[in-house]
Amino acid sequence: MTDASMNDAALPKSGLSVTDARTRKRNAAEKRFRAYGIAAISVGLLFLLFLFGSILKSGIPAFTQTVVDVEFTMTQEAVDEAESKMLKTKAYENYFIAALEAQLAERGMDVAFDAKAIQRIVGKTGGTIRSHFQDNPDAIGQPVSFELAASSRVDGYFNGRVTRETLVDSRFLQLSDLDLVDALAEAGIIHGAFNWNFITGKDSGVDNPGGAGLGASVIGSFFMMLVVLFLSLPIGVAASIYLEEFAPKNRFTDLIEVNISNLAAVPSIVFGILGLAVFIQFAGLPQSAPLVGGLVLTLMTLPTIIISTRASLAAVPPSIRDAALGVGASKMQSVFHHVLPLAMPGILTGTIIGLAQALGETAPLLLIGMVGFVAREYPDGFMAGFTDANSAMPAQIYTWASRADPGFYEKAWGGIIILLLFLITMNTIAVILRRRFERRW
Amino acid sequence: MNDMRIVERDVETNDVKIAAKDVQVHYGDTHAIKDVSVDIEDKTVTAFIGPSGCGKSTFLRCINRMNDTIDVCRVTGDIRIDDQDIYDPKVDPVQLRAKVGMVFQKPNPFPKSIYDNVAYGPRIHGLAKNKSDLDDIVERSLRRGAIWEEVKDRLHAPGTGLSGGQQQRLCIARAVATEPEVLLMDEPCSALDPIATAQVEELIDELRENYSVVIVTHSMQQAARVSQKTAFFHLGNLVEYGETGQIFTNPTDPRTESYITGRIG
Repeated sequence: MTDASMNDAALPKSGLSVTDARTRKRNAAEKRFRAYGIAAISVGLLFLLFLFGSILKSGIPAFTQTVVDVEFTMTQEAVDEAESKMLKTKAYENYFIAALEAQLAERGMDVAFDAKAIQRIVGKTGGTIRSHFQDNPDAIGQPVSFELAASSRVDGYFNGRVTRETLVDSRFLQLSDLDLVDALAEAGIIHGAFNWNFITGKDSGVDNPGGAGLGASVIGSFFMMLVVLFLSLPIGVAASIYLEEFAPKNRFTDLIEVNISNLAAVPSIVFGILGLAVFIQFAGLPQSAPLVGGLVLTLMTLPTIIISTRASLAAVPPSIRDAALGVGASKMQSVFHHVLPLAMPGILTGTIIGLAQALGETAPLLLIGMVGFVAREYPDGFMAGFTDANSAMPAQIYTWASRADPGFYEKAWGGIIILLLFLITMNTIAVILRRRFERRW
Repeated sequence: MNDMRIVERDVETNDVKIAAKDVQVHYGDTHAIKDVSVDIEDKTVTAFIGPSGCGKSTFLRCINRMNDTIDVCRVTGDIRIDDQDIYDPKVDPVQLRAKVGMVFQKPNPFPKSIYDNVAYGPRIHGLAKNKSDLDDIVERSLRRGAIWEEVKDRLHAPGTGLSGGQQQRLCIARAVATEPEVLLMDEPCSALDPIATAQVEELIDELRENYSVVIVTHSMQQAARVSQKTAFFHLGNLVEYGETGQIFTNPTDPRTESYITGRIG
């Protein structure tokens, strides 16, 4: 009784509409916490925005290519005459320059230029023209329009990377050449075009960023992903089902469990050197082959898949297992008929996240020789796709980024846009699969 | 009135279906069941009562060897169904569980259709020769589960979409679909409202005609209502086992009396 009356005395009577100091303090703390959260998200979004902005700004130019568009006709006599010369490509180049001059004159422009200037603008054109006529003998005598990629500095001049103020005369480009470029642009001979070659092409030489393409390494990445998918999904899912549902819980399985978690945190370069030692030096598999890259990435992806699969198996309510066992299903039937279908969305999401991670992995590929400059040829045939030397998207991007010519810099950014598109596609597939499997309760 | 019903039931005597002798269960270092010996009769509802953690569910799960799935659990002693030792190495627990059906505390239908829920057991045990056979089994089981009228028009709707009471009756239908001889029920009504509970209890009384039913319950009223025999567990011991009427009206052990009068538990 006394306690109660003392409490009455200690607590001042207040209505519910009056908030006391303690409540105010609590509410303030909650408000502060919310503010921190919003601030954190805003900072994150800001960084993301900045990242996307800079990727798009730097990468978009990679998808356009400044081309020199000239239409001209090689007569049979001209071809014969060129072929009879000692410097055959030079002869073709002279025809090209003559055609260019004629077209400029036709449009009433009079700019003086020499062969060297043309070479600085579009590179050595003779070889391309000659091989075109050798491959298509029917084209001789017909008007053929050539779209020749302009050199990286001319490209940069149109992209704003190179300006008259910053240009230093060199053997690559001289200030006087820009007058010619301006005239050609005015005549419509130099213009921008969508660079399909960047998406479908192969890597080019270090001095030809205009001809560089990501296509070959996309193929390399594709074959690697095939290897990763068909090895890591069955192995990973089988391992996790065994560990989660069947394995006895003892020190040995605990050790395996801990080590799987550890493996997921091992730097990827370690897997790279492991792949080099085991798959190439010991097993004698071909160097730079997507097969080896796929094997290395499988090792890397397995822990991710096992961990996510085990998590989704563990998330299936035990009552479902009891129910299945209760009607007399065997352990395996209960797992395959009931637990696995329920865990499927989680397993698929984990797998696709693992694959996406593998798709973006660079370091181990460099160690096994899948560097960018290897992607010079498309594989001939499906099976050769696994064994022919090739690169992969991120390794190709890395190689471009480390090249001196600034033209490659924007190619690297452009490559990143393509890589991100692939990753977004994969994640979308993950979301769609997840939705679909979840609906099938 | 209630007492008269119990007395009325007392005249029935049946064969022993499950005979347990000196059963010990250890969970790691915990001795969960101590020296339990009990004879459970055929075509009888036997209720296991007792405070939480007294081992009644554990003992129930020994009867269909569900405890095998728990790594640290060790069962010793002798449990016989129809005079056959179920812990004999030659006995396959999967086959045993088809013979000893189980209904769990929380309704746990498979996330499949109502039809597939019931048909799953017969399918994996090969009880149906063809589709129409299976249809018959499903209908018969759902009728026995007293849920047929409610679901016959939506057999292919998800079982998880039913109400709690319906789900539990679906689980009972699923358990009887494999034609078990013993039906174990682990607090089947603890998640249900009184109306659903009444339906399930009525069902249990009907199931007695064909099965030996063992039910674990926290509700002494329920034990009194549905069972003919009652076993009182306390701290892992079987304190008292006998006719339900006798346990509730005239217990011999002071602990039983304390529990049913609400002094312990």
